[in-house]
Amino acid sequence: MTWRVAVDARLCISSGMCVGTAPDQFRFDGSQHSSPVRALIEPDDRVRDAAAFCPVEAILLTDADTGKPVPLDE
Amino acid sequence: MSAQPETPRFPFPPSSVPYDPAPEMRELMTKCPVNKVRLPDDSTAWLVTGFDETREVLIDQRYSRALVFAPGREVYGVETTLADGMIAMDPPEHTRLRKLVAGAFTERRIQALRPRVAQIVDDLIDKMRAGPRPADLSHSFSLMVPASVICVLLGVPITDVDLFHKWSNVIFGDWSRPRDEIDEAYAAMSAYMSELITRKRKAPEDDLISVLIDARDSAGKLTEDQLVQFCIGLLAAGHETTANSINMSFVALSQYPDELARLRADPGLIPAAVEELLRYVIISGSGFVPLARITREEVCLGGVTIPAGETVLPSFNVANRDPAAFDDPNRLDVGRTPKSHLGFGAGAHHCLGAQLARMELQEAFRGLLTRLPGLRMTVPMSELEFREGQAIASMRELPVTWDDA
Repeated sequence: MTWRVAVDARLCISSGMCVGTAPDQFRFDGSQHSSPVRALIEPDDRVRDAAAFCPVEAILLTDADTGKPVPLDE
Repeated sequence: MSAQPETPRFPFPPSSVPYDPAPEMRELMTKCPVNKVRLPDDSTAWLVTGFDETREVLIDQRYSRALVFAPGREVYGVETTLADGMIAMDPPEHTRLRKLVAGAFTERRIQALRPRVAQIVDDLIDKMRAGPRPADLSHSFSLMVPASVICVLLGVPITDVDLFHKWSNVIFGDWSRPRDEIDEAYAAMSAYMSELITRKRKAPEDDLISVLIDARDSAGKLTEDQLVQFCIGLLAAGHETTANSINMSFVALSQYPDELARLRADPGLIPAAVEELLRYVIISGSGFVPLARITREEVCLGGVTIPAGETVLPSFNVANRDPAAFDDPNRLDVGRTPKSHLGFGAGAHHCLGAQLARMELQEAFRGLLTRLPGLRMTVPMSELEFREGQAIASMRELPVTWDDA
């Protein structure tokens, strides 16, 4: 299984929650918004946690094959 | 490492303007974003006031929270009550605990809670309107809004508010608060919470304390002490910060009559104004920075080399006044719409209740500005009295009056 990770820049408030939780998976780009280091990843609990913790729910995590959202509460 | 003679003593005396940084702090900011200071116990620390640098400290895992609580290292004030809790951990341990409650504080859950909070605000304002003037905004409103809401979420009776508020006030101590006072208040609050937990164990309810009890009893995800501490932390942090933020935000707005008039004329500006108030208003007036970090390795921060094992104080409140991050940072501008500020910290420990606090502040100011015409303080700002030894500035009272509708 492969996950697709995206950050909605319109929602992102740069809380740094994701970068603090999974520093090798998220980073701040030049405009200070968070973005995924790689768009396609192997399933990673820390990325799921980061998506669940994002205060504005700006992280979109989907199954790359089916396009369905990955459940965040597992 | 020995302190240099010129190393400034920290904390500084508070500013005469209670929502402003101390003048020494502002001066330090203009010199360097990272400054060495000497603490009351004679140890030294690195006080970080620059916006980008503070953010870096809060987000980068080379700055550890867990090491603050390493054996043999002294902690002070509110920090003494935080060991073993989520806020004393680094990822991944921190992540494991935060997961237990994060679901209750998501944007969707908070928006679903908004009508209930609006009702709480309106009921409190009805009561104020039916009561005498002047009234104490602090106790009759600012405290009661977040206290009522966190009581609903946790399943704590709001009728106990005076009891738990008194304890949490002491627990949020600064450098000067004697350790035994904090221990005593914490022990009393623990006994109270343990009793509540015992009751809920027998008869679980649809609330967060019951969720945490289940996480301990069914899944062994935390110890009994951690369970009690978690519940105390949520109850205390869930009301103390927002209560003082409502008070201090109203005081700050009162000093900017044009901004206040702008908001009254267009309540649609309230969400933006709340963000600006979260940026602008400093509620940790004592200068005590409770959420210190320890460097795991040598780091370079703002051009300063900091060796491993040093104490770093991310002064996120003050960093929100960094001119490198905000134009004219010392002016309150309710139309500013700052998208990113450090009012809730940043990184893995970014305030769990950030969205809740935002929504509470929005509803609180909607109520205050639309339903209490001409709401104003009845004493000058210089006569406001603050409780001693508080890490978060806590007013004894905030006398206000308003006009007939």
